[in-house]
Amino acid sequence: MLDATQNHSLPARPGVGYKAQHYSDIMENPGPLGWLEIHAENYMGDGGRPLAQLRHLAERFPISVHGVGLSIGGEGDLDADHLARLKHLIGWLNPASFSEHLAWSTHDSHFFNDLLPLPYTEQTLARVATHINQVQDTVGRQMLLENPSSYLAFAESTMSETDFLRELTQRTGCGLLLDVNNVFVSATNLKTSPQAYIDDFPLEAVGEVHLGGHDEDEDETGAPLLIDSHGKAVVDPVWALLDYTLAKSGPKPLLIEWDTDVPPWPILADEITRADRALTLITS
Amino acid sequence: MTVTQSAFKAAVLDPAATVPTGIVNPDGAAASKRFDVYRNNVAVSLSDALESAFPVVRKLVGDEFFRAMAGVYLRKHPPKTPLMMFYGDAMPQFLRRFEPTKSIGYLPAIARIELAMRHAYHAKDVAPADAQALTTLASDALMSTKLSIAPATQTVTSDFPIHAIYLANTQADAPKPVMQPQAVVITRAGFDPQIHLVNAAAATCIEALKKGQSLGQAIATADDTLDLGTVLGLLLAQGAVTEIY
Repeated sequence: MLDATQNHSLPARPGVGYKAQHYSDIMENPGPLGWLEIHAENYMGDGGRPLAQLRHLAERFPISVHGVGLSIGGEGDLDADHLARLKHLIGWLNPASFSEHLAWSTHDSHFFNDLLPLPYTEQTLARVATHINQVQDTVGRQMLLENPSSYLAFAESTMSETDFLRELTQRTGCGLLLDVNNVFVSATNLKTSPQAYIDDFPLEAVGEVHLGGHDEDEDETGAPLLIDSHGKAVVDPVWALLDYTLAKSGPKPLLIEWDTDVPPWPILADEITRADRALTLITS
Repeated sequence: MTVTQSAFKAAVLDPAATVPTGIVNPDGAAASKRFDVYRNNVAVSLSDALESAFPVVRKLVGDEFFRAMAGVYLRKHPPKTPLMMFYGDAMPQFLRRFEPTKSIGYLPAIARIELAMRHAYHAKDVAPADAQALTTLASDALMSTKLSIAPATQTVTSDFPIHAIYLANTQADAPKPVMQPQAVVITRAGFDPQIHLVNAAAATCIEALKKGQSLGQAIATADDTLDLGTVLGLLLAQGAVTEIY
């Protein structure tokens, strides 16, 4: 159990997932941009331009380190080498926030570069809590855990995702990263209510909110199947779900995630402006 | 009805496999198209990583062929770490053994160049040594001198014109490759790796220096086509010598 009162947090302003092609735009004309998020694994080389750029960015902006490869839900032990790399990155960068996913991606020393799903059982809960404790003890700070996008369910699950996440925060002192696009995707795919999910979510533990775009497909029964692609603009129902969430939670750091088919900076700047308006709406 | 991660993994990598029992849609029925989202995510993200890692190999074999080959590679060699920037280390050996590419003799060396360029891009930043220290040494002292070589520095040697092939596929005005053996050294003076044409003796000598051998020992590893002045001039000009001792 980690003391969650350490002085690490992001400002309740819009942030963006950093892409190297936007370096000059961000440095020259950030607008309402308040912070940046990086994928931890992209900055685990030994040197070169990525680390040099990151050092410059960190002088100007609070940085959120978002891991995509820790496999915190893996059945096996956490990858000690990878944990050591994370500790090193967090050590020298001293970011404003560190987050990872409720998912697994490594099994038998093979990494799949995707966030694979977990059944919500007592057994999974115990394992994930142990791994979160190990991560927080190793990096010496609180981590935020992100809710996944779900495409399917496990017959063996015995608890809801929101209960599962709440229990994790209580057992480990971790915070949560609430991805409202993931909430919308999962609720559509699993035929549940996204508003009910937000109502059940432990909003007091949320240290960051993600917003991103998704693709639309159908399953073999003709039911909608939304896919979390991070390759499009945030859709209106997700902006509405954000407003619903912020009205209950108060202002939070908001991240625009756009990882594939990354657009030119002005398009991202529009999304940032819209996130800024959502924050202004609840503070005015 | 527990779905183990090894059962999940096996089905995710094999499109023909049955989806593990216990994976369901919201109505409790089997969910194979939903499971396919993960199959597709894994295959597409790993193929994309290979495409961006090996643009020249891809150009040489064609987009469609590369995509199909990546599908075979990613199932035979899934990543061993989450550092996707280094994914594809087994590509040269794979190309040498893969039936449709094994007869294309230069491909493995081109893949090695592309791996070396990427490793150089992410290599540790180092300060170059003062070249003056070398020019003032007497010749017998020079032979026992050792050089620390910047970690970005790598060589590739081939029976094929790999420098010419690499240039012809990355630069608009490069001449057509002519059949001959070629060797290259990759360096990184600033942030962008550079590729230089050298002869095989120079590559041998640089590899010996990297292992910590003295200049005299390194010269002895190479044949008499070695031009030491050119090798040292190149390494010093590229900031690839970090210590002279």
